[in-house]
Amino acid sequence: MKSLFASHNPLAAPDVQLDALHKLELTPFSERLKNTGLEEIKPLPISILQVNLGKMCNQTCKHCHVDAGPDRKEIMSRETMEQCLSILRNSSIQTVDLTGGAPEMNPHFRWFVEELTALKKHIIVRCNLTIILANKKYHDLPEFFKAHHVEVVSSLPHFTALRTDRQRGEGVFSKSIEALQKLNAVGYGIDGSGLILNLVYNPTGAILPSDQKGLEAEFKLRLKTEFNIDFNALFSITNMPISRYLEYLIESGNLESYMEKLVEAFNPMAVQNVMCRNTISVGWDGNLYDCDFNQMLELPVNTEKRNIRDFDERALGFRSIRVDDHCYGCTAGAGSSCGGEIA
Amino acid sequence: METYYDPKDLKNFGKIGEFGQELADNFFDYYGNVFKDSALSAREKSLIALAVAHAVQCPYCIDAYTSDTLEKGYTEEQLMEAVHVTTAIRGGASLVHSVQMMKQAKKLMM
Repeated sequence: MKSLFASHNPLAAPDVQLDALHKLELTPFSERLKNTGLEEIKPLPISILQVNLGKMCNQTCKHCHVDAGPDRKEIMSRETMEQCLSILRNSSIQTVDLTGGAPEMNPHFRWFVEELTALKKHIIVRCNLTIILANKKYHDLPEFFKAHHVEVVSSLPHFTALRTDRQRGEGVFSKSIEALQKLNAVGYGIDGSGLILNLVYNPTGAILPSDQKGLEAEFKLRLKTEFNIDFNALFSITNMPISRYLEYLIESGNLESYMEKLVEAFNPMAVQNVMCRNTISVGWDGNLYDCDFNQMLELPVNTEKRNIRDFDERALGFRSIRVDDHCYGCTAGAGSSCGGEIA
Repeated sequence: METYYDPKDLKNFGKIGEFGQELADNFFDYYGNVFKDSALSAREKSLIALAVAHAVQCPYCIDAYTSDTLEKGYTEEQLMEAVHVTTAIRGGASLVHSVQMMKQAKKLMM
């Protein structure tokens, strides 16, 4: 499977994606905010810097909001990483969340993690699991993560091969299970080890995620009994109606009903805790965004300076967070963030 | 094409109070309470609802509880097994009446 970008699909363009949502004539998200007495979403002090190390990935998942894949070559340069480090060195931001694509495929990934460790930052790596088995040079990633006390967050949309492979590609489930067992073997997800392994559940279809606790209990039971796998927590994340998931919704005739579900499930309580309030997302080219989704829609932060080289934490604190109709994805039901439910 | 059932009508279920608010409110309160986690989990109740939806052959309920059970993490195989439970009980309900038929036949015939 090719990325939308490589297959010259018009939906690779962010404006085409937003047009597809606007054509549905839903109550615009900004208006919905006003109707609930919220003029805009105000930022809190930045506690997480989410750094997208690039769109290159060994997988081409059907729901990927990044449109990542082996055919994407955009990756963060060492110079941009150095700029991130220079900001972090003098900042109170404590958590650095590394994402992609497969962040480990960036040739400067290990160096960057070592530098972040030296700065005593809490590091999260969004690891797609199969990368650990993809090539000999990645086989020692579990040991590398352990040595730097990295928190590992990995997607596993279901505890059955059928549903996981439908979303992430043929054979991904069995490789993911093997990778999880390797992470467990070095202590990840094991009580008392202090090594955190969290899983991410994304629905495999045009449905919303259900109660995170109930799903976590079911995942823990099934993964333990069938594969002897342990993990810490399950983050239940709503699929965002952008990029490849948007293409799936359109192709399967589910876009209108999915968006109606999101709008009906709008929860003002979730708005209080959306991740864009305490996170800044850095693109592979150093550009700054309110979140990874705005990054993929090329909606930069509403400040004069919009790149990590001109990072102005104070100005970012006064910005107005950019919203559009895709934001319904983060405010539906119990809400959704990179850390799962928020309300 | 006009049909008796329109999937979009399900969205108007909440508006039935227009013709009688008090009973509608009572019903929806009751409904909400029934599906809460209690001695049975909300997850278990959802699968029961899917099976019952097939017994009463309510297309709205089938749509709603297919989504709900999938959202709650059930597999397609589990959904189908629940419908087979419906079928077994419905089929059995017919078949068990054959004892009446047999009794009557034996009484009538030499």
